[in-house]
Amino acid sequence: MVAPATQDKPKIHDMGIAQGAAKLTPERIEVVIRQFLKNETGARLKAYLETCVHCGLCSEACHFYLSNDNDPAFAPAAKVKQTLGEIVKHKGRVSPAFIEKACEIAHTECNLCRRCAMYCPFGIDVAYLMLVMRRICHLLGTTPQYLQDTAHSHSATLNQMWVKEDEWIDSLQWQEEEAQEEIPKLRIPLEKEGADVFYSVIGPEPKFRAQLIYQAAVIMNTAGVNWTMPATPGWDNSDMCMYSGDNEMMARLKRAHFETAMRLKVKRIVMGECGHAFRSVYDMGNRALGWRMPPIPVVHAIEFYYELLKSGRIRIAKKYPTPVTIHDPCNVVRGRGLHEMLRYVADALCEKVVEMHPNREHNYCCSAGGGVINTGPPFKNKRVTGNRVKAEQLFRVKTKGVKTVIAPCHNCHGGLEDIIHVNQLGLELKFLGDLIYETMEKPE
Amino acid sequence: MHAVYNFVAGPLLWVTAAVFLGGVLYRLVSMALLARKKDLVVYSYMDLRYALRSIMHWLAPFGSLNSRRRPVFTIVTFTFHVCLFLVPIFLFAHVVLWKQSWNVSWWYISEATGDVLTLVVIAACLFFLVRRLVLPDVKYLSSASDFVILALVAAPFVTGFWTYHQWIGFRTMGIVHILSGEILLMAIPFTKLSHMIFFPFMRGYMGSEFGAVRHARDW
Repeated sequence: MVAPATQDKPKIHDMGIAQGAAKLTPERIEVVIRQFLKNETGARLKAYLETCVHCGLCSEACHFYLSNDNDPAFAPAAKVKQTLGEIVKHKGRVSPAFIEKACEIAHTECNLCRRCAMYCPFGIDVAYLMLVMRRICHLLGTTPQYLQDTAHSHSATLNQMWVKEDEWIDSLQWQEEEAQEEIPKLRIPLEKEGADVFYSVIGPEPKFRAQLIYQAAVIMNTAGVNWTMPATPGWDNSDMCMYSGDNEMMARLKRAHFETAMRLKVKRIVMGECGHAFRSVYDMGNRALGWRMPPIPVVHAIEFYYELLKSGRIRIAKKYPTPVTIHDPCNVVRGRGLHEMLRYVADALCEKVVEMHPNREHNYCCSAGGGVINTGPPFKNKRVTGNRVKAEQLFRVKTKGVKTVIAPCHNCHGGLEDIIHVNQLGLELKFLGDLIYETMEKPE
Repeated sequence: MHAVYNFVAGPLLWVTAAVFLGGVLYRLVSMALLARKKDLVVYSYMDLRYALRSIMHWLAPFGSLNSRRRPVFTIVTFTFHVCLFLVPIFLFAHVVLWKQSWNVSWWYISEATGDVLTLVVIAACLFFLVRRLVLPDVKYLSSASDFVILALVAAPFVTGFWTYHQWIGFRTMGIVHILSGEILLMAIPFTKLSHMIFFPFMRGYMGSEFGAVRHARDW
């Protein structure tokens, strides 16, 4: 039997992983893994594992590798070698301790940002491989506790934050009332059939960041968009099950989301500023349901704001005065190519945009995405120190006078906030919605 | 000695051709069928235009960001791969053998050029070896099989060079040369050398996803 993956790193205790592993026996692991490999994996896993020539060209693609002083254990190919490589080599005959370690690697040392796919000459998709590993962890019942809690929330309430149906409606009405003090005729239409836009958000918006719904309502009303939000579960576009390896729940969530849009007969779904949710709706959830592309057009907020600004439906009264920089979220940039639109929007809103390097498709991840921030406090330090390169990047633009970082993604906000705080960078984080709300011409 | 030579240059050559060609075909077909059965996404998203776009960027020297960031490695690996194909196919000694056996012939390179290209391959193999031993991340990734494969690739070139220059024991070395070339060819479909077969499909698939679905570049 294979010994635990060797990594000279401090042991982090996670109840979800540890207690899950305590229930495992080598026999159970072998049975589960064998069944999984036989039933759910095929050519991609085989081709990726069998052709990787261990050249190390992917190492420098990874912010974990770079930030941990080029520790070889953090190289993308090394993460595969320590997890699936061993599992496939030993045909599933691995120990519970090995699973614990592999689980930590797959869940907390890879943001699935796919930067390494752009550094591997063969195009080996390490993000896919880490998801395969997470799927194994899920099937074995060893998922980090905080992430699993979120997944439970998804299965119980169809949203990420245990928001009940009435609480959801209540939050929207509360934001509508608040906003009416500013714009008396403002509405947040609920259940409006045949609207042009179904505006969908992630669970944390009504829970912690209700001002974003307020701002979105002001933008929609000012631009005269025919929009609606649903009053039923299915409003949440987020999807932590996609990252916990619970593919069945991922499919259920996306079905609820798409079916809500279809029930309302809307023309398209406009999503708030979230990256992972976009990936789940545009790239993974649709596949899980058997749709090549989403069954209804899906647009990320960046693209939507681009349209509003370009067509003049939103006009800017006064540009944001202090220099800003742009953080490119992996799931909408590498995942949807919205980087140029993002720059168009940023330029339209701000006096001065200073670029970070590398940027666009080659940006460094925020280190929060891929469900890593959702593994919660046990892994926070690891995640933040694992992205020193981002802190350095931010520091470099700070020396050029940048005060504000635009990050059109909730996970990036969470991750960058911690990086800014821990490294005492004193930078402010903004969504595009924040900036549009601040700079736009509003009705009297 | 003659018997051994006749064997490696005769029946074993046929076996090699069969194993190599059959192996390549088998790997391609079985992988395609496996993808049809388990990874339908590969067929759904494969897009010729974007596949070629990505492959071309990765096949052009310095066509990808990573290759520009590592100029030495890029130059070594590109020349290595080019010579790896040029030498066996266009070496005068080899063309002569084709002519003798099949009465087919084609353009060949001068003997001096062949010598230089062979040395380039050997030097590149040494470069890869040193890299594996010295760079911490590559060393961490390397296992015994990686060194064996490198030796398999280097062997026909080292022995060929030896034989051509008629150094001591060159007759035996000639046999070893043929044998090592045969082993290398037979190993291609069944080891990590199969990247030769799968590269276009893997890079092509990634290029298709990046280009056709994600509207982004992957180089």
